[in-house]
Amino acid sequence: MLRDEDRIFTNLYGWFDWGLEGARKRGDWSTTKQILTRSPEDIVEDVKNSGLRGRGGAGFPTGVKWSFMPKEVKDKPHYLVVNADESEPGTCKDREIIRNDPHKLVEGCLIGGYAMRATAAFIYIRGEFYNEAMRLQAAIDQAYEAGLIGKNACGSGYDFDVILHRGAGAYICGEETALLESLEGKKGQPRLKPPFPAGVGLYGSPTTVNNVESIAVVPEILRRGPQWFADLGTPKNSGTKLFCISGHVEQPCNVEEEMGIPLKELLEKHCGGVIGGWDNLLAVIPGGSSVPMMPKSVCDDVIMDFDTLRGVGSGLGTAAVIVMNKQTDIVRAIARLSYFYKHESCGQCTPCREGTGWMYRVMDRLVRGEAEVEEIDALYEVTKQIEGHTICALGDAAAWPIQGLLRHFRPEVERRIAARKAGEPVIPVMEAAE
Amino acid sequence: MSGIDIAENQPESFAFTPENMAKADAIIAKYPEGRQASAVMPLLDLAQRQHDNWIPLAAIDVISEKLNMPRIRVLEVATFYTMYNLKPVGKYFLQACTTTPCWLRGSDQVMKCIKDKLGLDNHQTSEDGMFTLLEVECLGACANAPILQVNDDFYEDANYENTAKLLDALKKGEVPPVGSLSGRNVSEPEKGAQTLLSYKDNEAARSYDAKISAGETGEK
Repeated sequence: MLRDEDRIFTNLYGWFDWGLEGARKRGDWSTTKQILTRSPEDIVEDVKNSGLRGRGGAGFPTGVKWSFMPKEVKDKPHYLVVNADESEPGTCKDREIIRNDPHKLVEGCLIGGYAMRATAAFIYIRGEFYNEAMRLQAAIDQAYEAGLIGKNACGSGYDFDVILHRGAGAYICGEETALLESLEGKKGQPRLKPPFPAGVGLYGSPTTVNNVESIAVVPEILRRGPQWFADLGTPKNSGTKLFCISGHVEQPCNVEEEMGIPLKELLEKHCGGVIGGWDNLLAVIPGGSSVPMMPKSVCDDVIMDFDTLRGVGSGLGTAAVIVMNKQTDIVRAIARLSYFYKHESCGQCTPCREGTGWMYRVMDRLVRGEAEVEEIDALYEVTKQIEGHTICALGDAAAWPIQGLLRHFRPEVERRIAARKAGEPVIPVMEAAE
Repeated sequence: MSGIDIAENQPESFAFTPENMAKADAIIAKYPEGRQASAVMPLLDLAQRQHDNWIPLAAIDVISEKLNMPRIRVLEVATFYTMYNLKPVGKYFLQACTTTPCWLRGSDQVMKCIKDKLGLDNHQTSEDGMFTLLEVECLGACANAPILQVNDDFYEDANYENTAKLLDALKKGEVPPVGSLSGRNVSEPEKGAQTLLSYKDNEAARSYDAKISAGETGEK
């Protein structure tokens, strides 16, 4: 288990003062001025060397992303945009950062913004997080008042603003270009890329969009040095990570652990294990609803990092671990996700707008076995037609859970159809189908 | 997106109170010059808060003038996002999450409780105007599932019994403490965290200052 000394979010459970005074006791804002005496390139280099990969789901190296920003500020200001539109089903880590350790995020905005020569950071927080937004605004106000941000931030001679913007209930705004559209006062519909935000982003200015957790860990990495972070975790998957565990475990929770922790250890050590015991595990969605599920046989010894999970046909995503035991109606669980994507499709691209509704309607029938066996293949085919054929990844995200279901639990889907045809009651079978 | 209904009975006019007008000006000033359209979402929210938790069309006009935006652009935003109510809702706006993580933990029981206690199905408002129920998508607090949001506040770790208690309290005009209905501390494991314990009673240990002065931090 990760040592307490190596944990970044030391107020994860809100045991201590979230405010500036408490944050300072935990070491936040302690050497910010010194950090800001270093060159932006130097800071970007440290973040690259730390091996930090984006915590919002894609796992792209944060330092490399930062290096895409222009090296000089020309006619347009640079912006940092922080994605706090946490809406991926299963994911609830940024909320804890924002309400219990908001100064880590504010300080990270300043340092990250400085490294990209930005004049301001915009934090886009989902609208439902009203109380969290009030807390974060209070932390921002404290930081302004103490001269940590604003004009001559931390006495560094560098001016930097932090602006909080509340969303209003749209999952799609977690997609970075939809978020930028929303921030500009429009419907949150994703933009075609290229141009990428680093060239043309918010208000047409060079912009980098980072997840809350990615930004909040940066001050600590710079204080302790990139090697400290790089030494944690597994090769190319370094550092610590907030895991959000929900579903059928005895004690669902958020916990900071080392990257590469075995899934079984994560669930048994921190969550009191699977309800009904490990052998009662059916499947796990390891990275938020958008990644394909893993059956128990994979869960037995898989470790939790980006590359390993990709290797087993899933993904780390946001490290939102959704656990389903053998009492789960697995078809309904995935059908409910299909409904989610149907509800959240922004309507811009035809394959997604039409496809998410179509897939949901088929999934809804499959729950009750009201289908022909051939329709399973048709459904799979449609998921493949949607995947990769939309502007943003919502289409992919809607397709993958269904693909995961059909890959691992097709016999259960077929069994329901057969039962229906035979005039038998369609009762979900509580066993892994493999 | 969600296909939002617009109220048939609309008030003739809407005006921000002087206090909210000052707030609106402060919000607009947060954004760069010439980018006042960015304030459309916070202004819609402000109008909704002023007007009993729903936005009349007259407020769309006021905001479009204030921000110098075409009216349709403001309406487009107001109908795209699910949190803007374009028709009246109950005093207590119940938003029950039923997405998979909440469903796995028993959101069906929360919905059933609301049906049993208030007789409400999705999208319905009680006759006395006290409660409106909306089934919503993931609220982002899955480690505390199921979640029932009441106006701005999250009630977490809900089940049939504690939802019933919550609804009874709301009916009496009481507002129970926000957060976990089971009494759990934030998203800490119910039986207590296995991590951070060495810091729990030792504030000094959480400070890096000592390490920094000892040169242990890798600071350049």
